[in-house]
Amino acid sequence: MSKQYKIFGASIGVVFVAFLIGIFFWGGFNWAMEATNTEQFCISCHEMRDNVYAEYVQTVHYANRTGVRATCPDCHVPKEWVYKIKRKIQASNELYHKALGSIDTREKFEAKRLQLAQNVWRAMKETDSRECRNCHEYGSMDYVKQGRRGREEHQAGLDSGMTCIDCHKGIAHQLPDMKNIDASAVLRKH
Amino acid sequence: MKNYSLSLLVILLNFVFTSQGYAEVQSLRGDVIETPSTASEVKDYLKDQHPLNRDYLQQPPLIPHQVEGYMVNLKHNKCLSCHSWQNYKLHNATKISQTHFQSRDGAIMSNVSARRYFCQQCHVPQVNAPPLVDNTFDSIETMRIN
Repeated sequence: MSKQYKIFGASIGVVFVAFLIGIFFWGGFNWAMEATNTEQFCISCHEMRDNVYAEYVQTVHYANRTGVRATCPDCHVPKEWVYKIKRKIQASNELYHKALGSIDTREKFEAKRLQLAQNVWRAMKETDSRECRNCHEYGSMDYVKQGRRGREEHQAGLDSGMTCIDCHKGIAHQLPDMKNIDASAVLRKH
Repeated sequence: MKNYSLSLLVILLNFVFTSQGYAEVQSLRGDVIETPSTASEVKDYLKDQHPLNRDYLQQPPLIPHQVEGYMVNLKHNKCLSCHSWQNYKLHNATKISQTHFQSRDGAIMSNVSARRYFCQQCHVPQVNAPPLVDNTFDSIETMRIN
């Protein structure tokens, strides 16, 4: 009888099978997570399809000169694994409100739009607009090639520690009703 | 029988006249109405530049930049995020004139009057295009900038 090799008390065969199962489940987990990371998944709920998606298709991030498109997860789900998992766990709250029907009509959605928008603005501010910078990195910008206004505003804003979302609100979805909090204040610099 | 042939004649004549009538109608673009009209040339709005001169005294200033995607609705006015009195200095922009605070009854409001709220009813961006109708318009001497 030949000598049996053991790893942590388990035979080679058992370890090999456990390894394969590990690959299978890890792959399956990531596959399922990526499946929830598609535009198709996002707009499988009418709350997204009829409100924010319908607004987004009229903006430059959907149709533009060069045909580059940013879909829902490109802006709303972080690319790095740890931040992505964190965001996916937060999304369970969205499932809860889907079940409650918190925004299941246009009127309910409009009533909550300010709160929902402010949540996204706050998150973007905290991460220094990380998802914007996946494509629009300041360091890669050639100010000389920008328009007169962009050139001035980008340099002044970024030098004073501002981030994309401080000015670029309402670029992919309509802005909330802000007549109670000063319509122009939300886009103001300071 | 006579009535029948008369109505047939009317129908025939009607057909002849109307088909001739159609042929004579021309659309404003110069196409004959039966044929598909040719698409007009796509014109690009002028990129950011410095304020454009006015050609007559009451002319609403032209918009010297692109405004694609700028939303002006009941909830929000994108133009005012730079051109309001609160924001114009920060963004180095032209501020809206005092006349915009006057209501149609002549009352002075604390904010932009409803009748002046929709900027692009008067202020428009420009394309580099020849005039649609040939004309000899020239601005008065006192408005010309040498």
